[in-house]
Amino acid sequence: MHSFTYHRPANIKAAQALLAKAKDAKVLAGGQTLIPSLKLRLTSYDNIVDLKAIKGLDKIEVKGKNLLIGALATHSAVATSATVKKAIPALANLASMIGDPAVRNLGTIGGSIANNDPAADYPGALLALDATVITSKRKIPADKFFKGLFETALGKGEIVLQVSFPIPRKAGYAKFPNPASRFALVGVFVADNGKGARAAVTGAGEQGAFRSKELEAALKKGFKPESLAGVKVSASGLNSDIHAAADYRAHLIGVMAKRAIEAAA
Amino acid sequence: MTSTGTGIGAAVRRKEDQRFITGEGHYTDDINREGQTYAYFLRSPHPHATIRKIDKAKAEKMPGVVAVLTGAELAADKIGNLICGWAITSKDGSPMNMGPHPALAQGKVRHVGDQVAVVIAETLNQAKDAAAEIRVDYGVLPAVADPAKARDPKSPQIHDNAPRNTIYEWSLGDAQATEAAFKNAKHVTKLKLVNNRLIPNAIEPRAAIGDYDAGTDSSTLWVTSQNPHVHRLVMAAFMGLAPENKFRVIAPDVGGAFGSKIFIYAEESVCLWAAKRLKRPVRWTGDRSESFQTDAHGRDHVTSAELALDAAGKILGLRVHTIANLGAYMSTFSSSVPTYLYATLLSGQYDIPAIYCEVDAVYTNTVPVDAYRGAGRPEACFVIERLMEISARELHMDPAELRRKNFIRKFPHQTPVIMAYDIGDYDAALRKALEIADVKGFGHRKQEASRRGKLLGLGYSTYIEACGIAPSAAVGSLGAGVGLWESAEVRVNPTGSVEILTGSHSHGQGHETTFAQLVSERLGIPIEQVSIVHGDTDKVQFGMGTYGSRSGPVGMTAIVKALDKIEAKAKKIAGHLLEAAPGDIEFKNGKFTVAGTDKSLAFGEVALAAYVGHKFPTHEIEPGLKEGSFYDPTNFTFPSGCHICEVEIDPETGKTKIARWTAVDDFGVLINPMIVEGQVHGGIAQGIGQALLEHCIYDEHAQLVTGSYMDYTMPRADDLPSFKIGITVTKCPSNPLGVKGCGEAGAIAAPVALINAVTDAIGSEDIAMPATAQTVWQAIQKTHRHRRAAE
Repeated sequence: MHSFTYHRPANIKAAQALLAKAKDAKVLAGGQTLIPSLKLRLTSYDNIVDLKAIKGLDKIEVKGKNLLIGALATHSAVATSATVKKAIPALANLASMIGDPAVRNLGTIGGSIANNDPAADYPGALLALDATVITSKRKIPADKFFKGLFETALGKGEIVLQVSFPIPRKAGYAKFPNPASRFALVGVFVADNGKGARAAVTGAGEQGAFRSKELEAALKKGFKPESLAGVKVSASGLNSDIHAAADYRAHLIGVMAKRAIEAAA
Repeated sequence: MTSTGTGIGAAVRRKEDQRFITGEGHYTDDINREGQTYAYFLRSPHPHATIRKIDKAKAEKMPGVVAVLTGAELAADKIGNLICGWAITSKDGSPMNMGPHPALAQGKVRHVGDQVAVVIAETLNQAKDAAAEIRVDYGVLPAVADPAKARDPKSPQIHDNAPRNTIYEWSLGDAQATEAAFKNAKHVTKLKLVNNRLIPNAIEPRAAIGDYDAGTDSSTLWVTSQNPHVHRLVMAAFMGLAPENKFRVIAPDVGGAFGSKIFIYAEESVCLWAAKRLKRPVRWTGDRSESFQTDAHGRDHVTSAELALDAAGKILGLRVHTIANLGAYMSTFSSSVPTYLYATLLSGQYDIPAIYCEVDAVYTNTVPVDAYRGAGRPEACFVIERLMEISARELHMDPAELRRKNFIRKFPHQTPVIMAYDIGDYDAALRKALEIADVKGFGHRKQEASRRGKLLGLGYSTYIEACGIAPSAAVGSLGAGVGLWESAEVRVNPTGSVEILTGSHSHGQGHETTFAQLVSERLGIPIEQVSIVHGDTDKVQFGMGTYGSRSGPVGMTAIVKALDKIEAKAKKIAGHLLEAAPGDIEFKNGKFTVAGTDKSLAFGEVALAAYVGHKFPTHEIEPGLKEGSFYDPTNFTFPSGCHICEVEIDPETGKTKIARWTAVDDFGVLINPMIVEGQVHGGIAQGIGQALLEHCIYDEHAQLVTGSYMDYTMPRADDLPSFKIGITVTKCPSNPLGVKGCGEAGAIAAPVALINAVTDAIGSEDIAMPATAQTVWQAIQKTHRHRRAAE
């Protein structure tokens, strides 16, 4: 690890001020990607701004028709939250499948979406649930937030504060893990929000999580497994690596979508 | 069993675990020396390149840097190369082509991770910072990683003295007799396979601390080693790093090895050399990336094999050709693994009249390959047990029945490939396994699974292995540079407590418990009064170390021999004390008794008397009670057994779930059944890892693709079922304890049982290890396409 200056601001304002002023600064949340990258010298920053001292950023609540999850809510907090389990059980289930207990106890939803790892679980959920990312500067719909591999709409010094999920009628998630890393080789999140079904895929796309046109078109016949019978997902634009060729991933998208709907609640 | 309940056969809890699980163990990295420095190795990013120039001027001026050393300084100090200690002779009588292996590259790098330079600094971070400033001018060369391509004349030549990258072309068995057997065959089963390359992944990475005392001109090396005396011998005699009499090697607590810590590596050699050169202690602990890039890998065979059978399913002959990848350099025992540890076990549990095996060993631009849990025997077991399963399917025979038809039942049995099996009861293990696995109920379970849309498959592995390596003269005649006996010293203290100094080395096996159980049994003292001393060349007499499941049959037998001498001497002393002839003294349950009387002395009383020396003629019997033994085994031992695996496959995803695993093993007499069971569990886990999950992959440019746990799949608890374990016992006749060894059985038996089950489930033999979900799904698609095409 290269040395850096560590900052621990007490509130968002102070964090914003630091990020505006400090040269080569990076926000630290749960650190489940950033810290290993620093330790392996894969990356380095002059300034690390740790958000964990900021109070209230981990709040989970339902307001009106939306579930609001604070950026610093850990995966284990989401997985075990009675509020999440009642509002969107599929999201609690998704969080319970991220990494291992140590990762879940430190990793956060804000950190995960800001990092936008193409195999992370949350980005697909945000897309399928039509969520909105609330930052220190603005509100960004999920459809506009994820911009490709490890790229998001976040500007310089912009901090994720909260994610707002419209509570769907039903939603489900099915994940086929990469056998080595246990990240999603293919994860499919499906949601029926009353206005039609949305289905998003993580782990498979060359450009990260994406909504599947084929799945969403098929689900116009109804939010049920039978709607997906014979659905063909194109392998174009999907990853091929040592763990799965694009055609296998395309096939798994269909299988996981069916299982996500079967599991939807 | 003894009255204390801690003797042979007792499931005593491991004495060493308290310190391991409470963080009180002392591993190499836990040791600190006054004035120590940190070594960091600059490694080659290229699989194959010449080194035109190394500019280290800037690095040497970086803060905290003590020295930057390269192959040039190593050569100037006349440090010898790392060596391979087992000479294999090719079919044509020519010696193997061993290329030079300097501890720091000299003129050329041959795999990604090869050591180019070492920075020694006051802190590790300073060493890393400085390493980033070393400028190496590489002349990048084409590279080859695939062993099957290495011998292609168009492939780049890795060592000057090895044309077509060929190290040796070796054979074993009778080619003509085998040829004749195939001519008479009614059925020939053919098989092509790749035995996938594995990375050992011990929990504790390799580590070393070199230290030099200028006052006495003596060197000390703390190192993660399975055989500290072998380390000292090779480093002294072949590399010239220190004279053997002024050189102490300490292998303290070692956190797992699986073979990978047998070998003498570059890093510890450099630490020792640099410590003497700089007169400062030099330490290095590998990080996980370095483990992937430098620990000797395992397996990596490309094999074609044929089994000849008569109409009734009786085996007539076996023919095998294997290309073995030994990597970029020949590691310490690498040459023996795909030859004498492999082809000698191809007969399996079967009476096979003729066997012929050819092995071509090749260099590639990959990490060196050497012994890894099982070492050659898993590869042999895979060949013969796949052939048996496929033959049974092709002949429409029950696979258990085909095995029974060919089992060896008369012992001793001389195979056509050197080994003379001493004892075994293969029917008993198979019978028991069939029962535990409820094979009778399999058809019913398969139907039930089919209703759920799942495919059920059953696979067998009736394995044999050769352990307790090995009779010294035998291995010497086959090319080994060392003898494979073991030593022990029993030191009885005046208070009656006992220290056992053993040449075996425990790095997970539990010797501090099992060896103490043996002493407790023999001397009738509680195991708390027995200490096991190992892993330090200054304390322990020369010994050969632990690998090849040898610590029980060889290491413990050496202790038995020394205990025999202790008992004989103690009886003489007791005779004087009890005023009886030594022949009238009986020793039982820790008491010396004059036969037929109630006159007796406790073991401790005799021990004290031995050291006091008041009551026996010390001109006839020397005072003290300490005896040693060097025991050379008379044969290998032959553990055997039957594993049955039942898998359930999800045809939609190709994912394999292990529904049942049955292991029935014959390890001879068990010293501690709980520890044996643990060894079986661990071995099966590694075997399942190979068959289902683990795969070291190099790309076509010889870059290591699976260089971290993000891509290299280790078996996890939720990949494994609860194992059902059974034991059968035939006592090993070649050692007094009747033990055979149990450390490798699981890793040997498991992979093929699993692949036999997967291929049974999907109805296709074309499954490469590891049988990942994608591999199985693709095979299912192919089978369906073929079926559709046929319809």
